[in-house]
Amino acid sequence: MLFAALSGFIFVLLIPIINKYAKNSVGWIASIFPLALTVYFISFYTNVIDKGNSILESTSWVPSLGINLSFYLDGLSLTFSLIITVVGFVVFLYAGSYMKNYDSLGKFYIYIILFMSSMIGLVLSDNIITMFVFWELTSITSYLLIGFNHEKETARNSALQALLITGGGGLALLAGLIILSGISGSMSISSLASMNDILTEHRLYAPAALLILIGAFTKSAQFPFHFWLPNAMEAPTPVSAYLHSATMVKAGIYLIARMNPSLGGTELWNYTIMFVGAVTMLFTAVLSFKQTDLKKLLAYSTLSVLGTLTMLIGIGSDLAIKAFMIYLIAHALYKATLFLTAGMIDHSTGTRNIEELQGLRKVMPITAAIAILASLSKMGIIPLIGFVGKETVYAATIEYTNFGFLFITLAIAANIFVVYITMTVGFKPFFGKFRKTPKTPHELPFRMWFGPMLLAFGGLTLGIFSSFIIGKLINNTELGIITAKLNIPVKLWHGFTLELMLSFITVLLGILLFWKRNQLLKYVDNISFIDEITPSYHYQKLFNGTLKLAKLQSRILQNGFLRYYIMVIIISTIILGGTTLFSLGEMDYTGIIEMPGFEEIIIAIVMMTATYMTVRAKTRLAAIVAVGVIGYSIALIYIMYGAPDLAMTQFAIETLTVILFVLVIYRLPGYLPFSSTARRIRDFIIAGAGGLLMSLISIIILSNPLSSELKNYFAKNSYAIAKGKNIVNVILVDFRALDTMGEITVLAVAAIGVFALLKLRKGADEK
Amino acid sequence: MKTSVILSTAVKYLIPLLLIFSFFLFLRGHNEPGGGFVGGLVAASAFALFAIANGFDEAKKFMKIEPIMLIALGLLIALLSGLVPMFFGLDFLTGIWFEKNFPIIGKLGTPLVFDIGVYLVVLGISTKIIFSLAEEEK
Repeated sequence: MLFAALSGFIFVLLIPIINKYAKNSVGWIASIFPLALTVYFISFYTNVIDKGNSILESTSWVPSLGINLSFYLDGLSLTFSLIITVVGFVVFLYAGSYMKNYDSLGKFYIYIILFMSSMIGLVLSDNIITMFVFWELTSITSYLLIGFNHEKETARNSALQALLITGGGGLALLAGLIILSGISGSMSISSLASMNDILTEHRLYAPAALLILIGAFTKSAQFPFHFWLPNAMEAPTPVSAYLHSATMVKAGIYLIARMNPSLGGTELWNYTIMFVGAVTMLFTAVLSFKQTDLKKLLAYSTLSVLGTLTMLIGIGSDLAIKAFMIYLIAHALYKATLFLTAGMIDHSTGTRNIEELQGLRKVMPITAAIAILASLSKMGIIPLIGFVGKETVYAATIEYTNFGFLFITLAIAANIFVVYITMTVGFKPFFGKFRKTPKTPHELPFRMWFGPMLLAFGGLTLGIFSSFIIGKLINNTELGIITAKLNIPVKLWHGFTLELMLSFITVLLGILLFWKRNQLLKYVDNISFIDEITPSYHYQKLFNGTLKLAKLQSRILQNGFLRYYIMVIIISTIILGGTTLFSLGEMDYTGIIEMPGFEEIIIAIVMMTATYMTVRAKTRLAAIVAVGVIGYSIALIYIMYGAPDLAMTQFAIETLTVILFVLVIYRLPGYLPFSSTARRIRDFIIAGAGGLLMSLISIIILSNPLSSELKNYFAKNSYAIAKGKNIVNVILVDFRALDTMGEITVLAVAAIGVFALLKLRKGADEK
Repeated sequence: MKTSVILSTAVKYLIPLLLIFSFFLFLRGHNEPGGGFVGGLVAASAFALFAIANGFDEAKKFMKIEPIMLIALGLLIALLSGLVPMFFGLDFLTGIWFEKNFPIIGKLGTPLVFDIGVYLVVLGISTKIIFSLAEEEK
């Protein structure tokens, strides 16, 4: 499984090469990858689903911190993995045709393969830190994909919004997970499940649970964080179908499900999840009513379904878990399909506005057939999987004793809107009289309809044979959401039950709502308060406020005058260092007793003279030469105290610095002393205080010899282990090579920064 | 910038010396003062000297390779030298050495390769900054 989780990160390296030599078939080739993974995961079918086993594999990563690349495959993670790879295959194939006019198609595949691998890693991880790493990777790749059309400002804003919200939630999640591992002493998710008692009774349980839930709610766009998802529709349609309906937005729900055995069973946990889910389910469904954009409509219906799924885990009964699993699979199949057909309509007609679309069935018969099949599943019509899903959701809600009546009402209300959305997205564009669209519509190539068709028929097959495939999954698989196996059979037809009747009423009212749409819209348009109660309004306020604060503090601290920066740094050092020094109380200053030697006094005099010359210099060049003298004198001190490496580097750096200064000075206007005497005195005091503080600290350090084991260790092992006699260099390239690695990386970034700044100025001059 | 005949003649003889010296510093770093960092700095000052004597366009031609490439190459070499031990089941950046000594170079191992990376990064960064500042002048 290690290879399955990480292979994408290797495969992605091939994409630039494929894109270079076979630009037109990059979609075909890339889609082999998810297909291969699908086959790989299906090969576990017998073991995991038929026999009901779960598999745990572990490779050590940072064993000293308990962080391992351990992966866990049970019914839940296998289901998610298959959704990711199957929908991935469809989307990869589709995008090759849908996005063939994009110049940066190769880049798209790189991002989306990285996303897919991160998502697989996320659902397979058994270690909380590993899972968190993959979790963040999905946020980052989602950012890149939402902002894929980065020339558009709205796309950039939406991408940033999604990143800030899911990333902020990610921080909460990390905090929650760390508390959790602190309580349990374990980083393995599967082992946490057996510690439910210890975890839920701990005094830090509530913060841990709530932090983890915030992470999950932001990721799965639950109320009040839901608003990033409709905005994320700025992404190209394949991305919306894949990330923002079938997979990534379900990561939060996956996490809640996965954590349910370890953290669930308390009122805090179940009620929070249940109510947040229920509110999301209804609120977002109602918000959909005014939408006219195909993708936005689908986004709101996705939100409503995500709310339903969350609510079901909150209810937590066996029947609810069963409903959760069926609904999860059903939704992945039909919603991805509908997104893709919406993309096909957009691609073919040039518009996604629902008011402009009708009567396309004759020009786009295949698209119409696929969309209608998926819509039927979404509306919950027999014999599609959506029917089984909705029936079970209703059954589980009715059965729930505490708030059953409330929740069934909410669920029916939300589903009426879902039916309404389906009618608008899945039927309206195809029926009625044809209307002229911006582009002349045409049927689309095989690559675009094949995948959606596969998913739509998948919904049909799973519905008709629901007792075999999904039935087996639910009947005898370790699902990981609750500790026991469910043992409930799945059936397509339950007879004429209450649920069936409610289902029928839902569809009927949904169609009625669609039929009366125009009259109702006029009425709704007069209500404007909805815009103000939405959380996105507050998000925007917070966002603008943060920017304002940032501007304010940079105006104070970084006003563009470098001398001022240095002053701020030195004053802060004096205040922080000084207060620490005096709070430590009586200090040992005996280090000063030793009398300096003759050469040292000479060097000190040279340095002081040079300092004076720097300050009093009449030209810049003179000042820099004087500063250079100070640098060389320091190098001399290094030599005297036996640090030739430092001295050499100092000499080289000093020389290069002078060259750099000369290059810069060459461009500057003539030297004029601007500063007034008062300001000079102020600077003198600050500089003097800084110097005094540093001297005091040096004396204290000299008076208290450090007893460092490291020094002895390096001296002893430099030659023995690292085969070098120059300890300084051995430390740099061997003992602490990782630090050096970091340093040269920082240097490289700094060089790019300098280069960019200079280039930027040049561009500004030209304008 | 005006170029002086004396300087440009002197530079002709100094450049090879400085470059050899920088390589020498780099190699002796393992047992005596020196190393990739200071070696890279000395090499960079050699190119800076050349640039002062012959102009920056000439210096760029003389260098033949774009400094940014040197930075990238250096980082890559340092990274790869760290990855090598992982194929032997050791941790990232563990030093591995050949048993035998080689003439001139002495001992050969991954830390030396890592140091080549440092050398190239430092050389690349210094020349990049110097050249971009000089380009601004025009």
